[in-house]
Amino acid sequence: MYSIFKKEINLFFSSLIGYIAIGVFLVLTGMVMWVFPQSNVLDYGYATMDGFFRAAPYILMILIPAITMRSFAEERQTGTIELLVTRPLSDLSIIMGKYLACLLLVVIAVLPTLVYYYTIRTLGDPAGNIDAGGVAGSYIGLLLLAGAFVAIGLFASAITQNQIVAFVLAVLLSLTLYEAFGELSKLPIFFAKSDDIVDKIGIGYHYTSISKGKIDSRDVIYFLSIIAAFVAMTKVALGARKW
Amino acid sequence: MSVKVNSLTKKYGAQHAVDDVSFEARSGEVLGFLGPNGAGKTTTMKILTCFIPQTEGTATVCGYDTAEEPMKVRERIGYLPEHNPLYKDMYVREYLTFVAGLHKLPNKKNRIADMIEMTGLGREQKKQIGALSKGYRQRVGLAQAMLHDPEVLILDEPTSGLDPNQLVDIRALIKEIGKTKTVIFSTHIMQEVQAICDRVLIINRGKLVANDSIDILRQRASGKTTITVQFLEKIGMAQLRNIPDATHIEALSDNQWKITTTKTHDIRPKIFKFAVENGLTLIEMRQDVQSVEDVFQTLTRRET
Repeated sequence: MYSIFKKEINLFFSSLIGYIAIGVFLVLTGMVMWVFPQSNVLDYGYATMDGFFRAAPYILMILIPAITMRSFAEERQTGTIELLVTRPLSDLSIIMGKYLACLLLVVIAVLPTLVYYYTIRTLGDPAGNIDAGGVAGSYIGLLLLAGAFVAIGLFASAITQNQIVAFVLAVLLSLTLYEAFGELSKLPIFFAKSDDIVDKIGIGYHYTSISKGKIDSRDVIYFLSIIAAFVAMTKVALGARKW
Repeated sequence: MSVKVNSLTKKYGAQHAVDDVSFEARSGEVLGFLGPNGAGKTTTMKILTCFIPQTEGTATVCGYDTAEEPMKVRERIGYLPEHNPLYKDMYVREYLTFVAGLHKLPNKKNRIADMIEMTGLGREQKKQIGALSKGYRQRVGLAQAMLHDPEVLILDEPTSGLDPNQLVDIRALIKEIGKTKTVIFSTHIMQEVQAICDRVLIINRGKLVANDSIDILRQRASGKTTITVQFLEKIGMAQLRNIPDATHIEALSDNQWKITTTKTHDIRPKIFKFAVENGLTLIEMRQDVQSVEDVFQTLTRRET
């Protein structure tokens, strides 16, 4: 698993993929935080990072599929997957090696945004007037969200040889899970509390819940289940050669 | 037996890609795997390397069943797939280090240096794989297959698309490895089989049609020997019929003849005696050796 992880990381940083991913994420979140008139924190006047945490899922939704799209699709396209799966290592360790490498890249992209926290904290009046607990919770939420998106991206990459198909599929799946269930639950067709259940199927509900700074084990378990489910589906897709 | 395959069958839907194939391979043996395109060579190799499972039958490598103990099999097998897939953006050394890591080899550096030396990659070892010529990429493919010193090497068309010099090098390398390991390789090129194989498996439409040494194969396929003779004098067909054991006589020109026999013993002494007795001057006598190519065609066409 470690060899695979190392190879993937090397590939990110020996090509432009890694630098572009990090750069794009920082430029976009920086714009949202400090520049765009609708969302910048300076005009808004409150010392919060809410704007960043609201925008980040949508940026990651595009960025993560771009990072994960090649991981299996390219190996299948070039046939190198055949050499990989005939080595003495399990399918799961191949998947986890790639999973952790992609997740690490996202974490590296997110880390510099801690500077935003420090800036807002310093700019606050009085200084330090920021909900630290809320920010910490939101970062944990963002990490779990990224974990789920990476798992979705790997799955999409494992079921096709075409990187563009993998990308589009991953964006679609991520968007559906993040956004669609919350929106659907607003339809006036649900009776009693069934709209609540529909809302809770989506990632958005749980992300918002964690972002409030209250880390509920139910939300954490939800994210871990999503990750486990997509990793398991990736394993099935990889094992499909045996059917 | 380092490789043992027992009535192996692979079905894709109703189609039999591999149909009841059995064979064995010892260590120190180079086994040529021959057959037309789509005959089931690659499928058999993929089963042996635990890439895909068989529908029926068993395959064991070094005593380990491919279906039950795939990890043990994979540790003992070196595989060069068809078309030699490689990571084009990796460097030669980087790639070999990666492969060594996958196999958790101790002493990586020395082993990689040995492999580079053995496959003649020395001059190109600092290059990116994508920048290498086809011959050198093939060497990288062989190097990754042999890196962990496997007991069984499975090479799927290792020499396709190489120039004549590269062909000679790679063949020599395969022959050298075959002295101590088991090598199973597939090819379309018959001369290659003649040059490096101890034994030939011919597979057609999923079925094994031959499993013999090359000499036996030649005899088995034709069952007849053809001799071309030329006399200084002109001579008639009727006279030639006196040669004992000649079953068929064909005139190539008025003094050149093609004599065919179905007997297994050599009839050339009889032809010579015939010439002496009839006062003829024999100026040429040549036994036509049937090539493996003919054997291959006879065996694979007969089935269709």
